[in-house]
Amino acid sequence: MRRLNRCLRLKLSFNSGISGPSALFNLIEVRDLHYARGERVIFNGLNLDVPRGEITAIMGPSGTGKTTLLRIIGGQVRPDHGKVLVDGQDVCALSRRDLLELRRSMGMLFQSSALFTDLTVYENVAFPLRVHTDLEERLVRNIVLMKLNSVGLRGARDLLPSQLSGGMARRVALARAIALDPHLIMYDEPFTGQDPIAMGVLLTLIKGLNESLGMTSLLVSHDIHETVSIADKIYVIADGEVVAYGSPDVLKNHSSARIQQFMHGSPDGPVPFHYPADELEFDLLGSP
Amino acid sequence: MFRFLRLLGQHVLESLQTLGRASVLWVMALWGLPKLADVPLAIKQVYSIGVLSLVIIILSAFSIGAVISLQFYTQLVRFGAESTVGLGVALTVLRELGPVVTALLFAGRAGSAITAEIGLMKTTEQLSSMEMMGVDPLHRIVAPRLWAGFFCLPILTVIFSVVAILGGALVAVDWLGVSAGSFWSGMRDGVLIGRDIGNGMIKAVIFAVVVTWIAVFQGYDTVPTAEGIGEATTRTVVYSSIAILALDFVLTLVMFGDFN
Repeated sequence: MRRLNRCLRLKLSFNSGISGPSALFNLIEVRDLHYARGERVIFNGLNLDVPRGEITAIMGPSGTGKTTLLRIIGGQVRPDHGKVLVDGQDVCALSRRDLLELRRSMGMLFQSSALFTDLTVYENVAFPLRVHTDLEERLVRNIVLMKLNSVGLRGARDLLPSQLSGGMARRVALARAIALDPHLIMYDEPFTGQDPIAMGVLLTLIKGLNESLGMTSLLVSHDIHETVSIADKIYVIADGEVVAYGSPDVLKNHSSARIQQFMHGSPDGPVPFHYPADELEFDLLGSP
Repeated sequence: MFRFLRLLGQHVLESLQTLGRASVLWVMALWGLPKLADVPLAIKQVYSIGVLSLVIIILSAFSIGAVISLQFYTQLVRFGAESTVGLGVALTVLRELGPVVTALLFAGRAGSAITAEIGLMKTTEQLSSMEMMGVDPLHRIVAPRLWAGFFCLPILTVIFSVVAILGGALVAVDWLGVSAGSFWSGMRDGVLIGRDIGNGMIKAVIFAVVVTWIAVFQGYDTVPTAEGIGEATTRTVVYSSIAILALDFVLTLVMFGDFN
């Protein structure tokens, strides 16, 4: 019971730790973010806001650091410079213990689903409840079954992750991510490798959960059509910076040729089809 | 020459960095006493790395005990000293082979399994997802394996030693015809509890700490790819084996090196 109270207190403090007027509106604020991996600069002064209660998407070509950005927001990667405020708390300045506390109010859906392979579907979803609360087993069971029901997999509760298809595993991971009713949920490439039916199910779930649970959703994806259909706001990042921001309609009609190429999936344009190389005839025939 | 010095310096710095990371992992994982809620996790690990190692430990112990007994007998019988076979087997097993061979087998069976399991959890983002759920993998995953390793290896060493001596007795007494009385009484008179059994157990505890530490660190620090897991698993077995053999020499020197 003590742990449940602590968990509930944390939920209350999640909404009361607001430090400034902008934090009333934005759940996440990223300011002047710099991060480099070796010689390669990933972020070069990135700024972005994630408004409360909305679905915000981060898009961009592969390798632009979208997943890294989620890891920085979640405190798993420390940036070289800059501030990342989650509900007014600077993630980069928190101790490991405070970070673990903060993460209890976040959910994250990993690209690989990241289910615990030695636990059944039921035990996977029950895991955060068992670790963070002292709820009676009967209550845990009810919550787990409700969460599994919300993703349509109540009947799969006794299966192991190895017995699930990719789409089912992603839905179980989603049920686990919402087990503690987080205020923020981050999706890392949720549509990758999904068949059309599974993709449709995921879209419905993300939109539905965001509305019904009043969560804030941060979605990282390069699946344009799917993301555009559910996102309220979209950031497009490239070369370590935000190159475009706005509603899906604004981005569709953006004046930049680069954004047009990205939004329409054109193979060639400002972002060249070919990786930088010498002329083809030099490679085939040798240097003149 | 300068290139060699630069590479040497770079290698030394990298080794120190690795040692630093391993020490941080050790301190953070074992910070504070284990909680009651963590006991089931540790028990599960005791089963997986301790109980499941029993078969290889018992088979190896019996075989090694029997071979040592046979070798001692073939040499000692020429001097009519076959009655000291029991003492020879006991001292060899209790002082050296018990702790060393058990630790080597433990590194190969359980250490590699620990590394592969933690490495695979890292590769499939299970550790990351645990962190994002507000659960510290150092406490949830690493600490139970460390405690279980510390607990299991000394017990496995005791089992190894007992089985090896029984194997030696079977060969010497029941097969080669050494008198049971001289076999067991020689052992009782010559083996000192503190000097032989105690020092052997101290070795086992030290090997347990080193092997388990190497195994969990290599798993946690692995490059999250299939190749990375393979390399980490190999490193666990190689580093553990070298550490065991090197430490054994140092410990033997300290414990039994009073040659005057």
